[in-house]
Amino acid sequence: MPIQILMPALSPTMEEGNLSKWCVKEGDTVESGDVIAEIETDKATMEVEAVEEGTMGKIIVAEGTEGVKVNELIALLLEEGEDASALEGAATSSTAAPAPAAAPEATAPATADKPAPAPAAPASDSGDRIFSSPLARRIAAQEGLDLKAISGTGPRGRIVKHDVEAAKSAGTGKAAAPAAAEKPAAAKSESPSISVDDPIFKLLPDYEAVPNTNMRKTIAKRLTESARDIPHFNLQVDVEIDKLMALRKELNGRDGADYKISVNDFLVKATSLALTRVPDCNVAFTDGAILKFKRVDMAIAVAVDGGLITPIIKDAASKGLATLANEAKDLAGRARDGKLAPEEYQGGTFTISNLGMFGIKSFNSIINPPQGGILSIGAGEQRPVVKDGALAVATVVTLTLAVDHRCIDGATGAAFIKELKGLIEDPIALML
Amino acid sequence: MSDTNFDVIVVGAGPGGYVGAIRAAQLGLKTALVEAKHLGGICLNWGCIPTKALLRSAEIYEHMKHAASFGLGAKDVSFDMKKIVERSRGVSKQLSGGVGHLLKKNKVTVFDGYGKLLGGGKLAVEKDGKVFTTLTSKNIIMATGARAKSFPGMEPDGKNVWTYMEALVAEEAPKSMLVIGSGAIGIEFANFFHTFGSDVTVVEAVDQIMPFEDTEISQFAQKTMEKRGMKFKLGTKVTKLDKAAKSVTATLDKGGKTETITVDKVITAVGVVPNVENIGLDAAGVKLDDRGFIAIDGYCKTSAEGVYAIGDVAGAPCLAHKASHEAIICIEKIAGLPDVHPLDKSLIPGCTYCQPQVASVGLTEKLAKDKGYKIKVGRFPFMGNGKAIALGEPEGLIKTIFDEKTGELLGAHMVGAEVTELIQGYGIAKTLETTEADLMHTVFPHPTLSEMMHESVLDAYGKAIHF
Repeated sequence: MPIQILMPALSPTMEEGNLSKWCVKEGDTVESGDVIAEIETDKATMEVEAVEEGTMGKIIVAEGTEGVKVNELIALLLEEGEDASALEGAATSSTAAPAPAAAPEATAPATADKPAPAPAAPASDSGDRIFSSPLARRIAAQEGLDLKAISGTGPRGRIVKHDVEAAKSAGTGKAAAPAAAEKPAAAKSESPSISVDDPIFKLLPDYEAVPNTNMRKTIAKRLTESARDIPHFNLQVDVEIDKLMALRKELNGRDGADYKISVNDFLVKATSLALTRVPDCNVAFTDGAILKFKRVDMAIAVAVDGGLITPIIKDAASKGLATLANEAKDLAGRARDGKLAPEEYQGGTFTISNLGMFGIKSFNSIINPPQGGILSIGAGEQRPVVKDGALAVATVVTLTLAVDHRCIDGATGAAFIKELKGLIEDPIALML
Repeated sequence: MSDTNFDVIVVGAGPGGYVGAIRAAQLGLKTALVEAKHLGGICLNWGCIPTKALLRSAEIYEHMKHAASFGLGAKDVSFDMKKIVERSRGVSKQLSGGVGHLLKKNKVTVFDGYGKLLGGGKLAVEKDGKVFTTLTSKNIIMATGARAKSFPGMEPDGKNVWTYMEALVAEEAPKSMLVIGSGAIGIEFANFFHTFGSDVTVVEAVDQIMPFEDTEISQFAQKTMEKRGMKFKLGTKVTKLDKAAKSVTATLDKGGKTETITVDKVITAVGVVPNVENIGLDAAGVKLDDRGFIAIDGYCKTSAEGVYAIGDVAGAPCLAHKASHEAIICIEKIAGLPDVHPLDKSLIPGCTYCQPQVASVGLTEKLAKDKGYKIKVGRFPFMGNGKAIALGEPEGLIKTIFDEKTGELLGAHMVGAEVTELIQGYGIAKTLETTEADLMHTVFPHPTLSEMMHESVLDAYGKAIHF
């Protein structure tokens, strides 16, 4: 029976890799310890050494193959005395063979009988078994704690009673289970935990660990869920804003103006109006229905110390530019001071994010759930444009719309973009 | 490195010291062991081991006296105390030699002398009051042990007032004997001499024998021993010992009522005190705790950099297996091994080799209640166990105490034949943090005494089968 050589795991978290090169040919004699192949992961290229000796019988996965799953059969090694006939059927007999026949150097730390260097946080992401004492498991269950969120200090990182009780009194390790129970419809897989105990951090330069604020945790949780669960797609368009700039100048220059309208205020107004005209884009997806909102509450992303927050201009479409400008200014100021009331930043049917002031040309945003879309606004800059067959210069902004494909399809999104572009390029319509 | 500089120096070759020295050498550390008297320390030479040898003679003698109940005939059963003691000394000698062999095999350098800290990583080694060498090391482990405690006016004189030292080499079983203190040492000698004909009275200051054991177990053991003819005076203090040429008259006080008792010999076994004198603790800046033992942290570090302490000198419980365990923790921490954990003292079992034997681990019923646990208690008597009946050992009890809320095994307490060999089963269970469920799922072999360990757990949850 030929020896099966399986795709090795070069790191505990590796799931697949590229077989970049075979260092032996079929028919070559292989000694234990010989480098037989090179495997490439997203992190590194590593050599695979033969664990057993024999003759390379058959290369099953050709070099250059990408995305080879760990433990997939990649080659067959003939033992002494076997000839090619032994290969018959061997390749198909089992792809789920027990142990990899080839073990690269990199796996040694995981298998050698060397104790783990530090109390290891459970690596739930790789589906590893969580070692815990029966008593720790029972107390965790009684207290509603999630063992995955608890670091073990017992022998070889085993979670013991002490660890569970420490987590209990520290208020950490809360199970996600109760939250899932509240909305059973949204049965989602948990995000993999990322622990500072992960050995990878030991390889990195010294760092300062800045504890996550609640804002940071909320950003991490909501945006992870969004990026993972919402099928995003993006639509991008360039809009000319020369007319808008002229109008802005005129309005701001009026005698006795008690407002200062920014380009962003115009875009908030235009986006809100466009949404009222294409209400199919002012929506939220739920399992049972798509919710079409009867009003546009526009959330505006504001960068604040340690994160960002999205104050909301309610019923933005029906408000005049001066009102919008003043309200936006007030909200942004109080957002930076941390003085917003919850109802001022919770809710919103759509979001605008503007990085134009940083010179960003265009970017994609992650939808702020449960909203159906978010508009990313780049920098306004003079660009060459072709007008009536001739080159001209115009002030152009690139807008990128990200939408939730579960409730907004491409054509719907495009209709909204078209409406928006029209409003921005003919800004006098905003006055109507 | 010179011959006087070591990676680790251990002072004292008892079950803490010699184990630490061997482990250090195993880990590739250049190790010295300084011992003034004998390899193996008190445990091996004047404690655990020689007493077990004596008690084995007592046990066999007891069986022989009851041979008829097993259908056997044994006429003119007799004993020779000299030979019993000789065997006991032989056992100690054999094992002490074994320790020497192990140390040699592991290339531990043994210094025959008395170690004294000088501070700054230096240790003087004295012989006959003279320093013959000074050793240096970044890691010096004090494992100097403990000795018998005595009270003023009741000091042992080696003639009629004994400590374990004299009792271990008794020339004969005294006609009458008073044992002061009912801890493991007192109760074991009381059993030994009683078996060989002494009229033994045990005096205990508190109101139960073996004060650290579960009260129910202590009372069970006491009743069993009383049935055999031993006498106990609880809540009683010895206030005076009047030594005559061939006897001692003790004045006993029980709550203000006094009485006197005259016996041939007295054994004082009122506990131990740590050997902290004349070992240079001050010079090295090593501080003591409020009970007079060397103060240590979870890894046996003292208040002085580079000085460690393990075993009896570093605090209760003064047990050989605690000392050995601390030795391993201390050495492995020094060697920088990963995964070294401080000793959890609630996991240290205790064994007393009286007849019947007593063994325990964890909290007593009273302590568990005092700590606020709501508990479930399981009990199973030897009377319900086939193997116990077959052995002719129907007297005993296995008691288990669980936290009602979590099912944690808080404590296990046993009295009866061979329970000292059974207790480690519960020790493993506690160390691995099993709950009642895991113990119930465990298959215990039949026919064994260990089945009672299963039944006791089952009984705590109302599921015992054989009782």
